Parts: sequence; C-alpha cells; structure tokens
Amino acid sequence: MAIDRRQFLQGAAAAGVGVAYSGLGFGQSAEPVRLGLLTVKTGPLASGGIDMERGLELYLKERGGMMAGRKIEVIVADTGGSPATALTKTQELVERNKVHVLTGPLAAFEALAIDDYVRTQKIPILSVAAAEDMTQRKANPWFVRATSTSAQCAHVMGHYCATVLKYKKMIVIADDIAYGQEMNAGFQRVFEENGGKVIQKLFPPLTAPDYGSFIAQLKTDADAIFLGFAGSNGFRFVRQFNEYGMSGKMKIVGGMTALDESVLRNMGDEALGLLTVCWYSAELNNPINVKFAPAFRKIYGYDPGFYAAATYVNGDVLNAALTAVGGNAGNKDALMAALKKTSVQTARGPVKFDTYGNVVGNVYVRRVERKDGRLVNAVVETYPDVSQFWKYDAKQFLANPVYSRDWPPAKNLQ
Amino acid sequence: MQFWQIQTLNSFALGGLLFLLSSGFALIFGLMRIANLTHGALFMLGAYVAVSAMRAGFGLALAALIAALAVAAVGGLIERLVLRRLSGNAQGQVLATLGLSFIASDFCLIVWGGDTIPIQTPAMFQAPLRLFGLIFPTYRLVVVGIAIVVGVVLYLLMERTRLGAMIRAGVDDMQMARAVGIRASALFTIVFCLGALLAGLGGAVGGPIFSAYPGLDSDMLSLALIVVILGGIGSLVGTFVASFIIGFIYTFGTALLPDLAYVILFLPMVIVIAFRPTGLFGTIKT
Amino acid sequence: MKRSHLLLLVVLIALPWFSGEYYVNLASQILIAAIFAASLNLLVGYAGLTSLGHASYLGLSAYISAWLSLRMGLGHALTAPAALLATTLTGCAFGWIALRASGLGFLMLTLALSQIVWGLGYRWVGVTNGDNGLSGLTRPAPFGIDLANSAAYYWFVLIITTLVLLVIARFVNSPFGATLRGTRDQPRRMSSLGYDVWGIRWVTFVFASFLGAVAGLLYVYFNKYIHPSVMSVTVSAEALLAVIAGGSGTLAGPVVGAALVMLLKNYASAYVERWNMLMGFVFVFIVIVMPAGIVPGTQALLRRLGGGRK
Repeated sequence: MAIDRRQFLQGAAAAGVGVAYSGLGFGQSAEPVRLGLLTVKTGPLASGGIDMERGLELYLKERGGMMAGRKIEVIVADTGGSPATALTKTQELVERNKVHVLTGPLAAFEALAIDDYVRTQKIPILSVAAAEDMTQRKANPWFVRATSTSAQCAHVMGHYCATVLKYKKMIVIADDIAYGQEMNAGFQRVFEENGGKVIQKLFPPLTAPDYGSFIAQLKTDADAIFLGFAGSNGFRFVRQFNEYGMSGKMKIVGGMTALDESVLRNMGDEALGLLTVCWYSAELNNPINVKFAPAFRKIYGYDPGFYAAATYVNGDVLNAALTAVGGNAGNKDALMAALKKTSVQTARGPVKFDTYGNVVGNVYVRRVERKDGRLVNAVVETYPDVSQFWKYDAKQFLANPVYSRDWPPAKNLQ
Repeated sequence: MQFWQIQTLNSFALGGLLFLLSSGFALIFGLMRIANLTHGALFMLGAYVAVSAMRAGFGLALAALIAALAVAAVGGLIERLVLRRLSGNAQGQVLATLGLSFIASDFCLIVWGGDTIPIQTPAMFQAPLRLFGLIFPTYRLVVVGIAIVVGVVLYLLMERTRLGAMIRAGVDDMQMARAVGIRASALFTIVFCLGALLAGLGGAVGGPIFSAYPGLDSDMLSLALIVVILGGIGSLVGTFVASFIIGFIYTFGTALLPDLAYVILFLPMVIVIAFRPTGLFGTIKT
Repeated sequence: MKRSHLLLLVVLIALPWFSGEYYVNLASQILIAAIFAASLNLLVGYAGLTSLGHASYLGLSAYISAWLSLRMGLGHALTAPAALLATTLTGCAFGWIALRASGLGFLMLTLALSQIVWGLGYRWVGVTNGDNGLSGLTRPAPFGIDLANSAAYYWFVLIITTLVLLVIARFVNSPFGATLRGTRDQPRRMSSLGYDVWGIRWVTFVFASFLGAVAGLLYVYFNKYIHPSVMSVTVSAEALLAVIAGGSGTLAGPVVGAALVMLLKNYASAYVERWNMLMGFVFVFIVIVMPAGIVPGTQALLRRLGGGRK
C-alpha cells in the first residue's frame, strides 16, 4: 500500500541510473533534475489529474528518464483539488524535495493559490491551469503556459461560428466558475464583433444535479449553443439535450474541454458531428503526435486528451529549455529565461511564448467522428499561431477588465 | 409557452429521484436514530455496480436489482461490523459513517476510475415523449413512476406487514418494543439493509440521469439530508412530500432566480426548521 | 502533567532551529487547525451541539480581512479587529437561528447557514472575486516584526495558539463552563433549576465563532490567498472529525485530532497514494478501538497500564 513516490519513475529511469552525461560540462554532479508534478489524484478532478501523470510518465519513459543529458526525477504531489492543499504540497515539493521546476497544477484556483509562493521562491512553473490573469494583468514572471488561457481557444470558435458556420444567434452556457465565465466571455466578444449575437447566457451552478431545468429555458430561435463546460459536464449536457428532443432545434459547438478525448471514450453516437475547439487533438498529424497518441493508446487503452497532452507538451518545452541551458537547472533565472525563449515542435504543433509567458500556438477546430470503432476529434480547421490576445493589441486588451460573467457586457440578450 | 409545463414535469422527475435517494436514509434514521452519512456513498456505489452489471450484459432493470442487492449486503456488513458497536454514541457514528464513506469513495475511484461513466437509458425510453405538443424525456417520467411504486410498496410494508408493525413499534418506543419480544438486533440489521437497498436502487435508477462519477456521493448526501430534515424525521409521508417540494423549489428556483442558485435549497430549509424544528410532517423533535 | 506541557512548549518553540522550513510551515498549519478544532469543540464537546458549519467563521473572518485590506486599503491594525468583530456578530445572528433546534436539527441548520455563506462566496463576485478568490494579500508586521518569514510566523501562531488554549481552559473550568456541561448532560434539569439553557448555549456559540474567526485570520495570513472552498462543508466536516477523533469535550483532544488530520492530509499523502482511504480506515479504527476518541482512550489505557492488572 505504501508507495514511495520518489520511486515513481524507477522503472523508467532504470537504464540511466547514476550515469549522467557529462559531455555538456555540467555533468560533474550526478544529481538529477527534480521536477515536481502538481496534480489531482483523489476526488472529482482525479480523471484529468491521473492523465497529467500518465502523459508525463510516458514522455520520460520514451527518453529513458532523461532530458538534456540529465536524469529527471519526478516527484508527484496530489493536491486533492483544494487550494490550501495545493499550497502545502508546493511548499513540500520546494522545501523538502528541493525541486528545480514545477509542472501543473490542474485547476485555476490552485494556480492562484500558489501564485504568491512561486513568486517569492522563484520556481519556474509550467502551468496547465487556464486562469487568464496569470499571464495577463497579474502575470507571474515564473510562469509559462503551453496550453491555453480560458478564452484563447474560445476566441477562435467565436470567429469560426460567425464567419464560417454563419451562425447569427447563439446561446452560451458554462459551469458557474471563473474558467467557464472567462471562456464564454471570450467567445461572445469575438462572435459578436464578427456580426453574431449572443442572445442568452446561462451558468448552471457547479452542483447542478442535472441540466433539465436549464435545457427547458433555452431560447429555441438560436442557431446554436456554445458549451463552455469542463470535465464531464459537457457530455452530460449533450445527452440530456437529446433526451429533451432539442437535437433538431439547434446545433451544439463546444470549447476546449467540452468534448475532450477523455470524455469521448464514454460517449456514443450522440456526439457524432459536434464541433469543438482546442489546442490539441489526438488526431493531429504532426511527427510528434503520430508517435505519442498511438503509444499512449497502446499503454492505457484510450486516446490522450487535454490533460495527458498538457504534460507531454510541457515535457518538450522543458526539454528544450534544459537543453538551452546545458542541463543546468540550478540557475533558475537562466532556466526561466530559456523557457520563455523556447520555440519548439511539440505534440500540439509549434510552441513559443509571448512576453507574458503564455503560448502562441495553433488552435484546432475539431469534429467528432467515428474511426476504427472509437470516437475521435478529427481536425477540420487549423488557426495557426493564435495568441491569448486573439487579434487584439495586447495593451488595449489588458486595459479592459478581465473576462467575467459581466464583461464584456452582453447587449443582445433576449 | 412550454416553459412552465416542462419545468413542472422536471420538478416531478427530480422529486421522484430525491425520494428514491432519501427514503432509505429516513427509514434508518427513524428507527435507529443513526444519521447514516454513508448514504451518499451507498447511492454512488449503486450507480457504479449498475455500470459493471450493464457492462456484463444485463439490462438496466436487472442491473438495478443487482446493484440494490449488492449495496444492501454492504449495508448489512456496515451495520453488523461497525455501527452495532456504537449505539447511543452519536459522535462516534458521525466519525464512523464519514470514515466509511471516505473508504467507499476512494474504493470507487480505484475500481471504476475517475471518469464520469454514463449509464445508458434503456432503448425503449430513449426517444423523447411527445404529448399535447410538449416534448419530454420519457425516462424521467419512468423515474417518477418508479418513485411512486417504491413509495406505495414502502407504505404497504410499514402499514400492512408484521415487519412494518415491528418497525413502527420500534420507531415509537424501542424499549417498549423490546419488552414485547421484538428482536431489536435482527430488526436493526434488516432495516439498515433495506435502507441501503433503497440507496443502491436509487443510484442505479438515477444513473441514466446523473451518471456515475466521483463526487456523486457528497452531492447526494446533502440533498438527502435536506429532504429528510424538511420532511420531518421518522415520517415516510413527510419524506415523500418534501422530495417533491425540493424538486419544485430547485427546478423553478434555479430557472427564475439564477443569482440565488447556490442558496435556493438551504434558505427554505432554514426558514422551515427555524419555525418548525420537527420538519413539515415530523413528530419527533430533532 | 504541568512539566510535560512545559517540555512540549519548549520543543515547539525550538522547532524552527532543528527542522526544515517545510516542517515549520506544516507545524503552523497544524496549530491553526488546532485553534479551529478547539473552538468547534466548545460546541461539540462542551455544549453537546454538533455543528457542521463552523467553516463559515473561518472563511468570513478571512474574507472580511482580505476584502478590507484589498478594496479599502486598510492596514492590519484595523482589518483584524474589524474582521473579528464582524464575524462574531454573524455568529450572534447564526447562533440565534441555529439554536432554535438541537441535535440533528441544529446540525442541519448550521450546515444550511454555512452553505448559504459558501454560496455567497462563490456567487457574490463583486466582493469575493468568486472562484478566482482574493490574492495579493500580506501578513501583518506587529511591532515591526516581519512575519513573512516562516519561522517568525510560526512563533506568532504558536503564541496565539497557546493563548487561545489557555483561554479555553479557563472558560471550561470556570463556573460558566460547569453550567455549560450541565446543559449538555441534563438540559431539562438545568432549565428547571432556573438556568437559561438557551442563553448559555448562545453565549458559547458566539464565543466559538469568535475563536473560529481568530483561526480564520491566521489562516488567511498563512495562505495569503482565500478561495470559497475554505467555507465548504468539507472544511467543516474535517474539523468536526478532528474533534471527535481526538476526543470531544477534552482540552487536548481537538489539538491531537487536528494534528492527525493535517498529517494524514498533507504528510502521509506524500507516501500513500490512497490517503483518502487511509484516513477513512484511521477514523473507523479509532471509533472502534477508542469510541470516545484518542485522548480519552489513551488516558484510559495509561491508567490501566499504570494501575497494573487486577
């Protein structure tokens, strides 16, 4: 029962035990680079958290537990999805395990909870959480995010819905948390600026036992509904949407976590044809992903999704930065500078960062299709090099308040 | 406008589910004075067992039966091995039942993983029902039907059978019941199993609507507590009525007063208990 | 007894000199949890009122102090007393409502009230910043001593904890404490003897909410961040479990229980992947082996050992 998690990658790293490459000039010490993974392995968020661990595990396994000629020691911490525990666990990783660099955490409020601590301790962190202001109005200098802000992908979907799908009137719905509100706000802004109208905004509380009473409220003259849900709420909504006989009345499109691969594996034909937007798809046809996705599927029996890809992409980013500093993780300033200057090919496509530490990378519009018997997110359109500021000027963007339930104001509600 | 009609039906459907959820809790509390905080976990376990049974090829009806029996067995074990030692120790019961629900929820996470697992609605109920120009999910109406059947069966069990008579005697006065020769020990085990059975059944029947997911246990536990307290402890009728009241308050409240979505269930409860501590139908002061 | 207490205090004072920063921070958190559990114990253990909503006071005082400093720009010298006062006043009102019932009804009322506060925390975004929480907070610097340092903050918390525990000991050993225990064991008799049972319980409720607010201040200073989840039923339940596991109605029980829960959650979880299950088993084990809790159970065990076999 007792598992010393420091032995987490024992098997993976067995090949290179104690033999650090010294060709780069820093190899005098055999000391490994210690990477702390902040994830969630218990409670309602565990599904994504376990995938984060698996993505990273696979990345290191493929490389014999090495990056930039250094052995990588991963220390996994389970935050339980609670902000206070996230802080304690970060302290533990930094003060007790002396990690050089962190990856994670999963949820926005966890990232916010450790924000201050990370600044004072000056620990480079490759985040997975999407909270907008972490790379915007309150940009943390020790923070890089290779995934996406809450709204980064939703901007794209807003544009796609207005200009390609030619939707005129739409409803937006999301969980009543900052993540959902930020995503829907970003969608609304771009959709309306391209001629669409958001006629209804709904935010079911996180504790909603089911969506029946929200589906009954939907304005049926809308062309489509945008789902800003996270976790499994997207697919629960889709099923009930069909059960209420709404499927013929309006189309469904979704944000980056609405119909993730991790959700699709439990869905049926009701998902077919639905469009979502994300910075990743297990179907991506780039040289890295054509190896990663099948390898992951072979081990775990399902396609990698948002969370598995997040840590796998972070692996490539960290690897590139470590290589740039010659494997010397001890100099945090140099490592951080290298991280921000990263320009590397990853499973999601090319990744580079803006001055705020957020990724500028491809975003994909995907359609659910059936392939070899399983549901996949087939890529139908690629928006290259999307910034967190979409096409807006960063200064002007940041002069506005952060996206929220009330900003930008919805002027077309019916 | 269809809004009112559909929301009314939604309220009944939610109410039916709440009754399936709460009746077992009410039964156990009424007789044994144990606030069984594993009830949410037993509900979740029922949903997960149904998932496995359906994967093994059973239909939902059989899967629900299997889930109900399996959870009843778990309930019996809990009563025999743990709660039996703690009669009269209310705080010990809180510690034990919460501890057991931690174990149960982590167990479910190990066995069934962290994903939300949908439970297929039986094929014949999948298509929406069209009645008088209204479109409504058929399965929800089925759930209301099941809840009413369960309510009637429970009522008959309590009022018309020997077991029911013994339970009622125990609810009214346990010592007196013992004095007239009722074996409290066996009775407690039976009632606890029955309560767990109802939770397991509820989890399976509610499965197509809620799905099985980590966290279902705590979501359901607080709903069960609200219903039972509002209805009045020890009153099956009260639990039945309160289930539908909460179904209506929640459905219409979240739709009409979205700003109050988080407090909509608790405000009425505070008002009712503050002025009527026995709940709406209860005779026992909590 | 007294000597062992002093020895323990000396060890605790010396802790930062012989242990790493991580342990110092963990110790601070255990002490804060101990204050919080000890304040809840006044209700659970001494008044016989099982509350499942104590996190409200922790959260309210943390939020009020954070809000006053962020939005009003007030210093700690003003925010701390204001937060304590406002939280205690809320306790006055909540106690008035919750004490209309006892037993499970009281538990449900406290749960319902705390869920309402929790809901406000999530939903009243203009004040609480909703799900993003309030960040950018600082620790106070009383008498010019900077508490940003882990050890300094630990000593600060240790001083407050000692004071709070002394006050609680004074409170429960006072004549009022004796009457309070009377209302727990024999409410009817106390009432017929002319005691105002309701009033005694209410005063205790208010006092418990005040001490809960003290824990809330220390909590927000430690974390420098506050999120609605701190007011969730999980936090209330954890404190309740700590009180019962440690031994309700004893002075040391909640402290031991809080240490146990914090260590399981924050320390053991580094070694045991299934720490939630472990925690469950520990609770069930305790309740079966020592139905009254760890502290009374251990005392009984020691007495039996000390007394030898009959």
